[in-house]
Amino acid sequence: MSVPRVWRRRKVLYRLEGAKCPKCGKIYFPARERCLECNTTPLEEYLFSGYGKIVTFTWVYTPPKGFKSRIPYCLAIIELEEGPRLTAQVVAVEQNDVSIGMPVEFAFRKIASEGKEGVITYGFKFRPKGYPNHAK
Amino acid sequence: MTTKREIGIVGYGVYIPRFRIKVDEIARIWGQPGELVSKSLGVFEKSVPDMDEDTATIAVEAARNAVKMASINPEEIRAVYVGSESHPYAVKPTATIVAEAIGATPDTTAADLEFACKAGTAGVQMCYGLVKSKEMKFGLAIGADCSQGRPGDALEYTASAGACALLIGDKNLVASIDHTESVTTDTPDFWRREGATYPSHGGRFTGEPAYFKHVLTAARNIMESTGTKPSDFAYCVFHEPNAKFPLATAKKLGFTKEQLAPSLVVRYIGNTYSASSMIGLAAVLDIAKPSDRILMASYGSGAGSDAFIYTVKEGIEERRKSTPHVQDYLDHKFYLDYSMYAKHRGKIKM
Ligand SMILES: [Zn+2]
Repeated sequence: MSVPRVWRRRKVLYRLEGAKCPKCGKIYFPARERCLECNTTPLEEYLFSGYGKIVTFTWVYTPPKGFKSRIPYCLAIIELEEGPRLTAQVVAVEQNDVSIGMPVEFAFRKIASEGKEGVITYGFKFRPKGYPNHAK
Repeated sequence: MTTKREIGIVGYGVYIPRFRIKVDEIARIWGQPGELVSKSLGVFEKSVPDMDEDTATIAVEAARNAVKMASINPEEIRAVYVGSESHPYAVKPTATIVAEAIGATPDTTAADLEFACKAGTAGVQMCYGLVKSKEMKFGLAIGADCSQGRPGDALEYTASAGACALLIGDKNLVASIDHTESVTTDTPDFWRREGATYPSHGGRFTGEPAYFKHVLTAARNIMESTGTKPSDFAYCVFHEPNAKFPLATAKKLGFTKEQLAPSLVVRYIGNTYSASSMIGLAAVLDIAKPSDRILMASYGSGAGSDAFIYTVKEGIEERRKSTPHVQDYLDHKFYLDYSMYAKHRGKIKM
């Protein structure tokens, strides 16, 4: 991602900020300008709780360029407890720890760093809910 | 009747990565007697960050915990200071990342601080001053490090990763800051030049004229200026580069092993540098009772020590239920062997 694009998305990446329709209450992630249900604009900022569950997941062994040192890693579709779904990495887990329906929570991690000299992109990933007490 | 306005901690939060490597395993690689090294340092294992964790990410995690405990509107945090010797960028603050991630931006000031292992407590003093002078309601001070030791160097056994955030305010305190003062001299016991990957140190020079002189003086000074003695405190906390130094410090000052023991997390996570004494304090706050008094002295090479006296407040038992305790992070761990550790810390060039 380009530096301006990451910068514009920082509230989304850093805090899971989306949008809520002030009229009909529909929630969007990522944020959008206009409500798809009732056409209201503008929408309000909405901060997600950061809790959700795993809908489906896969372990990545053939990663895109720049992620080779991190394999294998778990990529999942997460359903946030407020409804919207997103794709994100699941961290702080070993291969046998992940299952469909598993409750997860927001984790703040490095998403990418461009070589030794480029900008570092930070943002949300997910980990087992209740970390580090999830296994107790 | 007037009540004295008190400044102190309204929320504290820690974060320790889940990976560990045993001192024994590091010693094995360098042909050293592991058990002996472990025993002489008083350190069994140290924490290691995940490959997508750095000082900024662990600072954010600790800060989120502190804000959660305080249960305040983050827009009221008007200062964010991150003390570290391992900021991810040479130029570009870590504190702006933390401020944005917790929702303190844009009406806040932010800065990165550097003073080896005491940059975090320097931030606590700055927040204390700003809140005390009524410039702001809340200030956030963080000590965070993902420190690196040169492979084969003595520092490699202990250089580890962890973060602690203290949210400072004047209402609904978990613990009051009753007094703080510092000792500083120019003493080159540990340094890292611009562009160098690993720090250098003055070997034996790091003990007597550096750590002990500053920490002992700061602790003695603060007891003298407040008219207190070791038996007035339930707990003491000193910077923990290993277990040996704080144990010797406690003894020299007249504290018992029992007063020091709860803060000695260095045995299980190593030296978390800027977070070291702050995580020690958090471990004490996790178990302390209202009206317990705590004496703390940090240490930063270069060199200086910040001393604090805290008094634990009513209601702490309820407040600390909202976030993970230091012990929870100590218990949840995953061991790495040296080769995986080398990969985690970027010691293998790809
Ligand atoms: Zn609508």
